[in-house]
Amino acid sequence: MGMWTRQRGARRGLALLLAGGLLAGCSTLPQTPLDPKGPVAQTQTGLLLYTLYIAVGIGIFVTAALLYVVFRFRARPGQTGVPLQIRGNHLLEIVWTVIPILILVSVAFPTVEAAFSTATPPEGALTVRAVGYRWWFAFEYPELGIVTANELRIPAGQPVRLELTSNDVIHSFWVPKLAGKTDMVPGRVNIAWIQADEPDVYLGQCAEFCGDSHANMRFLVKALPQAEFDEWVRQRQAMAEGPRDLSPAAARGRELFESTAGNCFACHAVDGTKAQGAVGPNLTDVGQRSTLAAGILENDYENLKAWVKDPAAFKPGTTMPSHARLSEQDLDAIVQYLQSLK
Amino acid sequence: MATAAKTLGFIPRPTAQTGFWSWVATVDHKRIGILYGVTGFLFFLVGGLEAWVMRLQLARPGLEVVTARTFNALFTMHATTMIFLGVMPLLAAFMNYLLPLLIGARDVAFPRLNAFSYWIYLFGAIFINIGWLKGTAGGDVPDIGWFGYANLTSVEFSGGLGTDIWTLGLLLLGLGTLVSAFNFIVTILNMRAPGMSLMKMPIFVWTVLVTSALIIFAFPSVTVALIMLMFDRAFAANFFEVAAGGSVVFYQHLFWTFGHPEVYILILPAMGIVSEVLPVHARKMLFGYSVMVFSTALIGFMGFTVWSHHMFTVGMGPVVNSIFALTTMAIAVPTGVKIFNWISTMWGGQVRFTTAMLFAIGFIASFTIGGLSGFMHAAAPSNTQQHDTYFVVAHFHYVLIGGSVFALFSGIHHWFPKVFGRLLDERLGRWSFWLIFTGFHTFAFPFHFLGLMGMPRRIYTYAPGLGWELWNLVSTIGVFVLAAGVLTFIANVVVTMRRPADAPADPWDGRTLEWTIPSPPPVYNFATLPVVYLRDAFWFHKYPEGKEKALDFGSPQTGPIHLPGPSLMPILLALGPTVAAAGVLFIRMRLSYAVPVIVAGFVITLLAIWGWAFEGEGGALIEPGEGD
Ligand code: HEC
Ligand SMILES: [Cu+2]
Ligand SMILES: [Cu+2]
Repeated sequence: MGMWTRQRGARRGLALLLAGGLLAGCSTLPQTPLDPKGPVAQTQTGLLLYTLYIAVGIGIFVTAALLYVVFRFRARPGQTGVPLQIRGNHLLEIVWTVIPILILVSVAFPTVEAAFSTATPPEGALTVRAVGYRWWFAFEYPELGIVTANELRIPAGQPVRLELTSNDVIHSFWVPKLAGKTDMVPGRVNIAWIQADEPDVYLGQCAEFCGDSHANMRFLVKALPQAEFDEWVRQRQAMAEGPRDLSPAAARGRELFESTAGNCFACHAVDGTKAQGAVGPNLTDVGQRSTLAAGILENDYENLKAWVKDPAAFKPGTTMPSHARLSEQDLDAIVQYLQSLK
Repeated sequence: MATAAKTLGFIPRPTAQTGFWSWVATVDHKRIGILYGVTGFLFFLVGGLEAWVMRLQLARPGLEVVTARTFNALFTMHATTMIFLGVMPLLAAFMNYLLPLLIGARDVAFPRLNAFSYWIYLFGAIFINIGWLKGTAGGDVPDIGWFGYANLTSVEFSGGLGTDIWTLGLLLLGLGTLVSAFNFIVTILNMRAPGMSLMKMPIFVWTVLVTSALIIFAFPSVTVALIMLMFDRAFAANFFEVAAGGSVVFYQHLFWTFGHPEVYILILPAMGIVSEVLPVHARKMLFGYSVMVFSTALIGFMGFTVWSHHMFTVGMGPVVNSIFALTTMAIAVPTGVKIFNWISTMWGGQVRFTTAMLFAIGFIASFTIGGLSGFMHAAAPSNTQQHDTYFVVAHFHYVLIGGSVFALFSGIHHWFPKVFGRLLDERLGRWSFWLIFTGFHTFAFPFHFLGLMGMPRRIYTYAPGLGWELWNLVSTIGVFVLAAGVLTFIANVVVTMRRPADAPADPWDGRTLEWTIPSPPPVYNFATLPVVYLRDAFWFHKYPEGKEKALDFGSPQTGPIHLPGPSLMPILLALGPTVAAAGVLFIRMRLSYAVPVIVAGFVITLLAIWGWAFEGEGGALIEPGEGD
């Protein structure tokens, strides 16, 4: 790789200083692309910073030149005569044509190099099929037989191959610290890849305007150490048998969930149960998630209940209907059932 | 004095010289220019109001000033309004008013077509805003973003009438724009004063010529896209219906084939304005005129080779992305050349800090920043991090406000005395400049930071804890300062218009032909048509270099001057397509009389064309010195 990536470390430090300390005045920027945590984002951010420094440099030079000329040649009182009417200067025109061309050539090479190096996932990467819905994300692991939503678990340090598409309108898959955007386009499958070097939780957000609740379409990428990830896969695959050892309240909740009384099963699936709806997120492991409704609510008892009761209060336009018609006890039962799904 | 001969027209040509109907029927390019300017400025204020509400909503995380849908309607209409109803018409105002004056002509080539362009713009502008009457809840205000990407615009995902209103409104607006473009090209090519070869034209005229060419090649593409969309929605065609084999990416290609040249349509004439203002207020010739002409044409041409840089994330693959990255970077070269030529224009001059000049200098500084972030966007791989974030929002506000709008304000202050016979107050002018300048940067510079902190655009709300609070708040404060500046400008106009019209013909020691005639100009512009020998003819007429002759006023006019007659056909012709568009809307509303309304629209159109063709020459004969 070129000079621009070798100096990445130093540049990134400077950029963080710029973004974190100087600009934000706050310590955390969980969604900044300037703090890349994987190879794809590192390549992209390296290029971004290279262009940024060129832009800042030229910007300072032009501004200085402009200010100098304006003040140096300002009209002064008592000035007489007219300035010499200069028509132009061929040499100067050539100079300020050639120098920008040289600068651009120095950007062109790393641009093309990065375009190719970030395009194709490495061999043997774990495959995840991510599907955009208004306004949430479905994640399927075809090789592992797992379907989940809004929280993508991946093994840290391993490349992940993404097959991106959409069930309705165009969305865009974006985890700034791991990779730039790739659109989720209905009717086609885009391939992209991410890799998280360190175990951590990374924020993602839909980046293509997709209607009313576009702003509320976020998600998490949880990079786990390989062993933990394998353990999760085993445990999650076992859940395909359906929920076990439900408390009486949760069992009552399941009944409501799977009957026309609650009607949740019309839209939601819980593996191993009669609920096999495909309109909303798969809820088999909803009890494991740290957020609800595509990353907009913390997943706790109160929020879960409030969400089920009136989803549109949090997510304008959502297809999930209000359940205010259910009694408090019924809602509690359903929430207990949901919380036991883990 | 009208020549009311017998004609086959069904409405006689009106003859009023003053009053309401004289404006409705006017074909005078100066009056049409003023109409464009006033209407465009009003819509500029509407767009500003929309922006202001959005900034209130985003001042803090989780605010609920407006609903999600209203917010989406606001950003859609803000962009649509600013681009099509605000800035383009304001630029058109300059083109209309100045073009004939700059080239030493008495009007544009097709005065009635010129009026038609204005009226259909006005009708289209009202049409596209009609949904506000019903409120935003039902989706009757467009809320699909200004590029209206398929398939969000399908009936399935945008069931309200907003998308139909948007589609039909843009089609109407496009008609007027196309007609204007043809009109300007013919005017420039055929009606220049004797001696004014192409390379002696004022640079603004060149930018109008190139811009008009861009319009002619760019607008058909979006027209096709919009007609397909209209058919999808009103007649259940399947152009963009994925399930039926349609392609949503195809729409993006059609849109951006127009969309990228469109940004040059917005900036090239603005550059032209600045290129006229700088030499006058620095008292020095435009540096590198021929290079400026060439770079304008080159930017216009290259503008058609870069559209997919708006689509780097859509999955076109590394080969296509690389090609469009490189073509986009290439545009930075002619653009940079312009900036250096502007600075060199002032080098060695006598820079007078008039308000017009302050805005022109502010333009260079701000536009440069927008150009540089544009260069950054060109690098496709890193663009995937910037795309659809506030970094891009920063970029286009720098080129559109820092660029186009600053240039417009510069031009307004520069030519106001010519148009209205009164010099704007310089003290208020400086106040408005500094408020607008600092307000703008306070409002838009933080967008760079927000983008680099990962804030996507088009979100009506955001969560706390992402580090976005501070700069969003700063940005909102900036809007208030910016608004104060615009209000100061309005106050300046009001105060100035109450003063007597006593501006001299040539208040700035100008260089081009419009300063040779009285302020405001008489209806016939030039009592005797000028003969041009040099570029900047008027300047070298006043300050000759050597013996070379710069400017002549030909042989004095003998007898009265014939002026094109007012006509009601333009407004009638503009009404026809508008009625037809309403009919298509009625189809979507399932109204039984939809088809008859469409037919009525066509009948009105045909009638207007008939009347247009046969209403006779009309017009008035005016003695120079009278009737101004
Ligand atoms: C008409 C279809 C529909 C019905 C009926 C429905 N939901 Fe939903 N539900 C959805 C959709 C769509 C979403 C995704 C909302 C979003 O985030 O945009 C969702 C989201 C959820 C979530 C959040 C999931 C996550 O991954 O964060 C929960 C929990 C949930 N629903 C529970 C229920 C319960 C309990 C019921 C029955 C009382 C129910 N839903 C009925 C469509 C439905
Ligand atoms: Cu989305
Ligand atoms: Cu573009």
